[in-house]
Amino acid sequence: MNEVKEISKENNSKGIKPVEETSDDMKMLDDLTSSEYKWGFVTDIESETAAKGLNEEVVRMISKKKNEPEWMTEWRLKAFRHWLKMEEPTWPNVHYPKIDFQNISYYSAPVQKPKLNSLDEVDPELLKTFEKLGIPLEEQKLLSGVAVDAVFDSVSVATTFKASLNEKGIIFCSVSDAVKDHPELVKKYLGSVVPYTDNYYAALNAAVFSDGSFVFIPKGVRCPMELSTYFRINSMDTGQFERTLIIAEEESYVSYLEGCTAPIRDNNQLHAAVVELVALDEAEIKYSTVQNWYPGNKEGKGGIYNFVTKRGACRGNHSKISWTQVETGSAITWKYPSCILQGDYSVGEFYSVAVTNNMQQADTGTKMIHLGKHTKSTVVSKGISAGRSNNSYRGLIKIGKNAEGARNYTQCDSMLMGDRCGAHTFPYIEVENESSKVEHEATTSKIGEDQIYYLNQRGIGTEDAVNLIVNGFCKEVFKELPMEFAVEAQKLLAISLEGSVG
Amino acid sequence: MTGKEFYIDNFKIFQEKLNGESKSFLNEIRKDALKSLSELEFPTNKVEDWKYTNVTPILKQNFVPAVNASVPKITEKEIQSYLFQDFDCHLLVFINGLYSEELSIVGQLPKGAVAGSLRNLTKENPELLSKYLNKISITDNAFNALNTAYALDGLVVVVPDGIIIEKPIQVLYLNTNDKENVLSLPRNLVVAGKNSQVSIVANYRGAGEKIYFSNIITEVFADENSIVDLCKIQNETDDSFHIEKVQAIQKKNSVFNHYNITFGGSITRNDINSRLDGENIETHYYGLYMVNGKQHVDNHTFVDHAKPNCMSNEVYKGILDDSSRGVFNGKIIVRRDAQKTNAYQQNETILLSNKATIDTKPQLEIFADDVKCSHGATVGHLDETSEFYIRSRGVPQELAKSMLIRAFANDVIETVKIDPLKEQINHMIFEHLHRVEIKTE
Repeated sequence: MNEVKEISKENNSKGIKPVEETSDDMKMLDDLTSSEYKWGFVTDIESETAAKGLNEEVVRMISKKKNEPEWMTEWRLKAFRHWLKMEEPTWPNVHYPKIDFQNISYYSAPVQKPKLNSLDEVDPELLKTFEKLGIPLEEQKLLSGVAVDAVFDSVSVATTFKASLNEKGIIFCSVSDAVKDHPELVKKYLGSVVPYTDNYYAALNAAVFSDGSFVFIPKGVRCPMELSTYFRINSMDTGQFERTLIIAEEESYVSYLEGCTAPIRDNNQLHAAVVELVALDEAEIKYSTVQNWYPGNKEGKGGIYNFVTKRGACRGNHSKISWTQVETGSAITWKYPSCILQGDYSVGEFYSVAVTNNMQQADTGTKMIHLGKHTKSTVVSKGISAGRSNNSYRGLIKIGKNAEGARNYTQCDSMLMGDRCGAHTFPYIEVENESSKVEHEATTSKIGEDQIYYLNQRGIGTEDAVNLIVNGFCKEVFKELPMEFAVEAQKLLAISLEGSVG
Repeated sequence: MTGKEFYIDNFKIFQEKLNGESKSFLNEIRKDALKSLSELEFPTNKVEDWKYTNVTPILKQNFVPAVNASVPKITEKEIQSYLFQDFDCHLLVFINGLYSEELSIVGQLPKGAVAGSLRNLTKENPELLSKYLNKISITDNAFNALNTAYALDGLVVVVPDGIIIEKPIQVLYLNTNDKENVLSLPRNLVVAGKNSQVSIVANYRGAGEKIYFSNIITEVFADENSIVDLCKIQNETDDSFHIEKVQAIQKKNSVFNHYNITFGGSITRNDINSRLDGENIETHYYGLYMVNGKQHVDNHTFVDHAKPNCMSNEVYKGILDDSSRGVFNGKIIVRRDAQKTNAYQQNETILLSNKATIDTKPQLEIFADDVKCSHGATVGHLDETSEFYIRSRGVPQELAKSMLIRAFANDVIETVKIDPLKEQINHMIFEHLHRVEIKTE
């Protein structure tokens, strides 16, 4: 029978304390910053995994497995051929051994019945897994009011609330279903924001992507609930390549959440996703991510390489795309959720908290491309580095020639905890229009001893004080998250930086 | 034959011209540099540090190294028209990068202090030079190698321990030639000993019918407790090319103030680098770029905080008119040991025309936790509400704009320590941007 095993957590927090630490505060900080990953279990489930390696046959096989039409297979092959011609980029401020792309399995799926009609038919092990992760897959949890698409390894296993969304004309399903059921929409929008020629990992994703979520909000509809996808990597040596496509027609609104976890493994796994958003006239898309892939252990062994291309196009006038991300996991995070502000008066927002601890590396930020007139963008990025990690903000603000009256405000603050970590900022600002206004601000500091002292004096322990200060530091971003997520994000932040404080 | 081959080929002619000087220690450095010149490529847009500056227009032309070219005749009266006036100074004049003894008025320097030409000092005091020359600057690209390969003349200032040079040293670098396109290659060295102080005004000017290319390296060594002010005002002709690299090393308790004011040049590129190699060091960078037409100005600054308790402050401001283009890249590194560092950086740009563009990249890389670092960058236009306010007081529009420009530039200009110089820089702003001038009493 299948079983859910809990991998025993390595407890070596005492082993790595720096020798030179002197004050009690330092000790406390170190205790706080060395905690464990809580989602590291493996689900022992029968799954079908493709042999390692990548060639045209594999691409064809994936396409065939998904019963895809001819045009889709061709698109994948084109992307694959283009990928072969590209070189792996080396410009980010992260370091890792070269990835052997032939040593990865590009397809893994839990074995299941061909077509699921209700959640009762889903493998109970799977349900248990998601239950354990706190994901409300069962529809009886109506109160939570969140529609969920769960992606296990590479395939979507369940989508909830499908029917009630259908009534409003909202399509929320896996991308593979969308290819079958709504080919005209997929054809029109897939690859229109992130073409397969965009970058190395986008090309790879286009060739081998296995599943993902598809959302279509018709004209004038306000999506009544939060839509959510939960990504879970389970199998060993597999790469996860999912693709999300969200289309918001005129005057529609949708809020979308994304969460991710993975089991503890000693070797690194690759996650290269692509997310495309399209907002037409007066539409608004809010995209929130809580990324908590396995970050590797304290010595930097294992963990997920999270190389993601996320981009939204504000095609219509007065449209708005807002990215909020809380990045706590992954050995290496490398992503830049971007907005192309094409429509006049369109708005782009980016709120980010990136936390790195131990040996984690993060190179993340955003791109705001202002093309339309009177476009506005706001960027708020908070980076926290602890342990021996490196955290970089890299952003581009580009104001095109015709972007009259464009406005940007950027703020990136970094906080350093400990003297072996690094915080870096690489903001690029390119302005070609004189009537625009661009502001950029960045600061770097550590948690002030005076702040801790002040809180101590009021009877708040150092542990709680640090928690309080960090939360205050990130508050601007957390307030942008949907309520349920904000609570989770705060907890996650506390756990990834701290031990027992919740 | 273009670019690199031309310069490598001309090296032989250059060596023959040296006539005996080729036996100096400097010639070994030149030969090494020629070797790296043949190995290195001139930077392209693919190189991150040169992403926004295309140097092809410079490489399309062949510039004759000044020593191989004809010598223009300049009178003392002409020189006067290029100088900054109204303050006492030691004057050194370089024509196309070569020292002119008869036009310079060095005057009386404190005992042991040296302010002269590299060419003369190579003969007179090679021991002193060999201690510092080419020890501070590292060859990063073919432009650096080109300067070193042809290193012959330039400013040398050596201030011994405990000496203060009271009067500023004004150095006029005049580039002019009516017959050939000239390559001017000043190689400057400033050494300030312990507890010493020196202030240098580097005045880059251009004239003549032909275009020219200044490719400069300036090395600065500031020993313990020294104070070095280096004020560069570049007002060359609008069709010439100007590339300078300043490399400074600072020791304990020293202060280095660098002013970088750019008006002229078709393509201007400045690399200002400091290594803060001791505790309690102060570094100040002030920059002002006021360009128009099709000018392109690129400022790259780099402050390397290697030791604790240091402070750096950087203010760069620019006004871009017509279809000019500005580039700013300010990098601050705070290394692991450099605790208690304070590093600030500010870049502000105003675009006066809808064809002007700016690419700015303030960059922080921080590896120490107990630091205070911040940077800010803004891009905008002259504030309409301020303009309206001034105009509502009966001030004509053009004058109101000038007032705002002047106020914007003032953050940088007021930091200049020589008062008469401030007024003359202010005048240059309006003259260069063709704006109504504000007279101050």
